[in-house]
Amino acid sequence: MGLTGRNSREAQRKAAMAVLAHSEAGDIADHLAAIAVPAHENLREPENGLVMVRGRIGGDGAPFNLGEATVSRAALRLATGEVGFGYVLGRDRQKAQMIALCDAMVQSMELSGEVETKVIGPLREAMIADRSRKAAEAAATRVDFYTMVRGEG
Amino acid sequence: MYVAVKGGERAIENAHRLLAHERRGDRDVPELSLAQIAEQLSLGVDRVMTEGSLYDRELAALAIKQARGDLIEAIFLVRAFRATLPRFGATDPVNTGEMQVRRRISSTFKDIPGGQILGPTFDYTHRLLDPRLADGFVPEQPETSDVTQAATPRVTDILGRDGLIEPSPAADADAPVGDLTREPLSFPADRDLRLQNLARADEGFLLALGYSSQRGYGRNHPFAGEIRFGEVEVEFFAEDAGFVVPLGSIELTECQMVNQFKGSATEAPCFTRGYGLAFGQSERKTMSMALVDRSLRARELGEEVIAPAQDEEFVMSHSDNVQATGFVEHLKLPHYVDFQSELGLLRKLRQEFAEANEAPDMQEAAE
Repeated sequence: MGLTGRNSREAQRKAAMAVLAHSEAGDIADHLAAIAVPAHENLREPENGLVMVRGRIGGDGAPFNLGEATVSRAALRLATGEVGFGYVLGRDRQKAQMIALCDAMVQSMELSGEVETKVIGPLREAMIADRSRKAAEAAATRVDFYTMVRGEG
Repeated sequence: MYVAVKGGERAIENAHRLLAHERRGDRDVPELSLAQIAEQLSLGVDRVMTEGSLYDRELAALAIKQARGDLIEAIFLVRAFRATLPRFGATDPVNTGEMQVRRRISSTFKDIPGGQILGPTFDYTHRLLDPRLADGFVPEQPETSDVTQAATPRVTDILGRDGLIEPSPAADADAPVGDLTREPLSFPADRDLRLQNLARADEGFLLALGYSSQRGYGRNHPFAGEIRFGEVEVEFFAEDAGFVVPLGSIELTECQMVNQFKGSATEAPCFTRGYGLAFGQSERKTMSMALVDRSLRARELGEEVIAPAQDEEFVMSHSDNVQATGFVEHLKLPHYVDFQSELGLLRKLRQEFAEANEAPDMQEAAE
């Protein structure tokens, strides 16, 4: 596979991971229930840890350490060979495991279509709807300045 | 001097049992859930995450519940918890310019690209207690309106295009990012370490220092160039996956203070900057942080260091409320042996004083 091919596959995996990371674990589980989960073995048992979150001085300058955040991670391999990784903020190890499972399925020729239609797609729509709602709420608080004209002008 | 003291185990056990009982309060009143704290006391949760230096809403809510609402005690609990987990690494620096903005205001420009978005704010409320909240008040659903696709660039980026404000310090690929959780503080400290210290610093301490700088203890005449609050994506290079993976998003507040000019024979005058960043919606905290960040740049900008807010050793050594409370509150632990030795010394001095003062009288009497 060429560099472009690898980049586009990585981009696809990242996009799926982003949707899953933004979704509630319960919602992921509900959607996953519609799929026959393929045989797999854990490469990394789901575990909790921390990451140091970095900001930038002035927003765009040199990095500095802002503070830590809890994360969970997992890794697994499907019987067909695809290796999936799950990383997500928070301490829900099961969520990391489900993300790893989806990441592996996204890479599988046989399963990628199904996981997109039954899991990632619906969750993406919900995520976009949630973002749009928040943006619309914020937009209603945007100030419209107008100038009061006083006197005869 | 500390000496192990035995005894008191039963008293301690019963005191903790009494504490648990008092924490629960009247058992006829329904118990608080963590979700209630996380959802309805969310700014307290934000403060505990920021000063506890750990982003995890549920843990911060648990800490607040366990600490009976004592936020410094809750921060202490969160700090202690973080020591129990391994660190997988550091995230890529977050990009606040691409924040999904819920609030974004500037006091320097009325018409900023993307607009002034007030968001959920106490500003412009009348600060009158609302008796409706005492009993089952159901608020209206928020108003919505059409979302413009206009980007919301940072105000400092707009000023920066014309060179009117100093650029942020560039990243030095060879210099590791300072981390005060890994190395003890030493002075002078670079700005990355100062900002890490200020980010987890006590809000009240920074508020007072920032206020002092405004009142003339150190030169600081800023404008709030921009304050923004919203969700920012967090990404992490996962070595096993071999690429940068998304972890989800966190809420952040950012404050950019725009301060007075600096210039020299070789450089045109331009605005200078102070920066604040914190977890959650922490506006007072980030504004205070940005004021103190700018004050602490006195040495770098060739300003005379005359006030507490400009003294990095003073500020950084006293900003941490877990350290501060530890040292202040240790005074209530048994110091019986210390005190006995002081008492012995004092008795001896008093006796010497008495003897010295009695002696002349006796001499006089003898004469």
